[in-house]
Amino acid sequence: MAGISIKVNGRSVSAYPGTSVLEAARKIGIEIPTLCHHPELAPTGYCGVCVVEDLGSGRLITACDTPADHGMDISTDSPRVTEARRRILSLILSDHPETCVICEKGNACRLRELSSNLGLAFTSAQRLGHLRGVVDANPFIHRDLSKCIGCQLCVRACREIQGAEAVEFTWTGLKGRPLVTGDQEMSGSACELCGLCVSLCPVGALIEKPTAHTGVEEQSVSVICPYCGVGCTLSVRVRDNEVIGVQAGVPGSVNGPSLCVKGRYGLGYVQHGERLTKPLVREGDELVEASWDEALDKVAEGFKKTMKTHGTDSVGILASAKATNEENYLLQKFARAVIGTNNVDHCARL
Amino acid sequence: MTNSLEDLARADVILLTGTNTIENHPVIAQMIKTAVLSGGTKLIVVDPRDISMARYAAVYLRPRPGTDVAWLNGMARLILAEGLADEKFIESRTEDFEELKRAVDAYTPELVQKITGIPHADLKKAARLYASAPSAAIYYAMGITQHTTGTDNVKAVANLAMLTGNIGRQGTGVNPLRGQNNVQGACDMGALPNVFPGYQPVSDDGARRKFEKAWGVKLPGEPGLTVLEMMNAAARGDIRAMYIVGENPVLTDPDSSHVVEALEKLDLLIVQDIFLTETAKLADVVLPGVASVEKEGTFTNTERLVQRSRKAVEPPGETRSDMDIVIDLSNRIGYKQSYSGPDKVMEEMASLTPSYAGISFGRLARGGIRWPCPDKKHRGTRILHAKEFTRGKGRFHPVEYIEPAELPDREYPFILTTGRMLYHYHTGSMTRRSRALAEYISDGWAEINPRDAKRLGIREGAPIRLSSRRGSVETKAKLSARSPEGVVFMSFHFAEQAVNRLTNPAMDKDGKIPEFKISAVKIDPVSST
Repeated sequence: MAGISIKVNGRSVSAYPGTSVLEAARKIGIEIPTLCHHPELAPTGYCGVCVVEDLGSGRLITACDTPADHGMDISTDSPRVTEARRRILSLILSDHPETCVICEKGNACRLRELSSNLGLAFTSAQRLGHLRGVVDANPFIHRDLSKCIGCQLCVRACREIQGAEAVEFTWTGLKGRPLVTGDQEMSGSACELCGLCVSLCPVGALIEKPTAHTGVEEQSVSVICPYCGVGCTLSVRVRDNEVIGVQAGVPGSVNGPSLCVKGRYGLGYVQHGERLTKPLVREGDELVEASWDEALDKVAEGFKKTMKTHGTDSVGILASAKATNEENYLLQKFARAVIGTNNVDHCARL
Repeated sequence: MTNSLEDLARADVILLTGTNTIENHPVIAQMIKTAVLSGGTKLIVVDPRDISMARYAAVYLRPRPGTDVAWLNGMARLILAEGLADEKFIESRTEDFEELKRAVDAYTPELVQKITGIPHADLKKAARLYASAPSAAIYYAMGITQHTTGTDNVKAVANLAMLTGNIGRQGTGVNPLRGQNNVQGACDMGALPNVFPGYQPVSDDGARRKFEKAWGVKLPGEPGLTVLEMMNAAARGDIRAMYIVGENPVLTDPDSSHVVEALEKLDLLIVQDIFLTETAKLADVVLPGVASVEKEGTFTNTERLVQRSRKAVEPPGETRSDMDIVIDLSNRIGYKQSYSGPDKVMEEMASLTPSYAGISFGRLARGGIRWPCPDKKHRGTRILHAKEFTRGKGRFHPVEYIEPAELPDREYPFILTTGRMLYHYHTGSMTRRSRALAEYISDGWAEINPRDAKRLGIREGAPIRLSSRRGSVETKAKLSARSPEGVVFMSFHFAEQAVNRLTNPAMDKDGKIPEFKISAVKIDPVSST
């Protein structure tokens, strides 16, 4: 396939035909701001924020959905581009509540980031009061559609990535907003509460409830999800030795941007107050706390006695489909080499 | 899985059977749904329950529970009759084809319709769709395996794939979806009674000598007991001590009251877990383990991909990792061993396990590797059986339809089938302690067809009692046409309505898997007074 070559801000870049202007610019490290763009979704040009100028024709075009054409000379920061981008953002801001101080999205808000990069303040445009009710219908997702900027990332991701088609965009113009298909409750719809839409929402219109108000993580750690056998990578957000949330999107992971409701919202058990923290030993009908030495000696003596009196095959060991490979290796080695029995199994059949 | 998830979307046709993928493997379901919606893949769903995935299907077949061999053989017969078999593949890659041909010949569409309830025309549509696709993949789960004929069902699935040459290439294969994050790894590591790590038989003298040399002890060569056999042996008094790590058989095994009796009879029961589970409550000693986010190690997923999992937080209190506890216990019993970390355990395992020989913590730090990975330069295996099968030629195993062990009768007129729901997991020990999930769904139900409910005078949400020959549970009714008439579905997540008090412990004779998908029960309304 013959390559094409374009200029971006005076620098040459070659690309395959079909590459968008946005992608071509990124290849040489030139970032064009976006709001409704996601690399896994078909580009739409809805928000217009990625506006650039084609210096050859003098046209203003959206970079995300315009294919790079051989010989194009693109400016991403000409005065016309900056002015157009400011105007587009001002219009979006005019219909966005001024509640940034208490918005859970905080500094992660793309709209806030882009506006402040361009030095825009809320007061620069005539306010449009389109207040919509906050939907607080389930324990996972908080919807405040008065903050919705109509980028449709949620609608598109639900269709193109999740394949659930649980959200649709209804009404037009200023009234437009994403709704659960048929305007039903989430719980009665095709919504699987996977949280993908929440993770992609560039503003505070969709917020994860279980992790709201937990602050910013100190670090994110890649953990394999403890639930089913798909092997999704959870990027676990940690602060003060606590799990404060889970994100997808770890490069090279099986799951890409996706997770299910359990992977995304189901790690609460780790910090549950009922966690066992000390060994317990039976005394009559009671299980009472004991030291590790006491408990392990009791186990070791018990095994030795059973093996001596009833033979090694009177011991049975269940390893775990939840333990690591290394632990399962050691458990079957324990059965075979330490106890001397092949009575070792786990719940593969259950 | 013979194939990898990366090539799932390359399939022209996917046949899903015995897997409620959206609820049990949601992220694989997402891959399948988007493959279908993009127009590149056609879907066949075969399941007695009208699961949400059926909405994406080009053909949906609804067999009666427990009749899988019949429709699979029927499809094989139709494929042969219509000349859609892959003769080149059969000739060069397989053996015993004539036996298969003879065996499936009796499964005429009429007979299959009589046994399974699948209309002749639908079966034909599915057979044609699957067999004429350039690449067709089969994905299945416990709906195929949790039967007294589970092994036969899997053989019939494999026959279909071999008959159409749908194995060893991208977008094809026989792909079981594994239900726990390391059930594949636990099997690979030899946490099974008949094999060492890497499926090397304990009865094989060569393999045993290798492990004896490495571990410095004499090893037993007779295969041991499976989970359910251990429970039976405990009830008989042949097993006297059990060490149960991270499992909750009181809720997961069939016929719970029998399990509790067996565990209570033991001289010594040790349970290692992160919560005081229903099983731990019966223990003589409970050892507190750590959660997977609190330790370093590797897990192997359903597509044989070995991946590293990192420690995200410090474990609470005096908890210790399973690795640490087992090593300490070995030393106390008199078998001395020590490892500086899990990487060293993997090193020892890899040196003894040909399929993991090239895998190490160092390599995994740069990304997961699919076994077999025979040496340090090998990049892992995306597709199994590409050039030949493990045993050389693929063998057709003719199988006959056999009825489930316990069919409905006048006293117990319903088929009970069990499984999971999207929002909870296994015995609920984790999901019911995760606030949002527990808040969203706090207790279980029995899904019953509205017509059955009407006949029994049961309304939505009404308290009902399900009873089998082994016990009874109280739950509430959820009226849904997802369950066919005569079938009632329950999940096993809720201890208050432990469905395994009802289930039949009858097992597959080879796979030793219990028939969770079919037990005979009766349903009675419970008066709310």
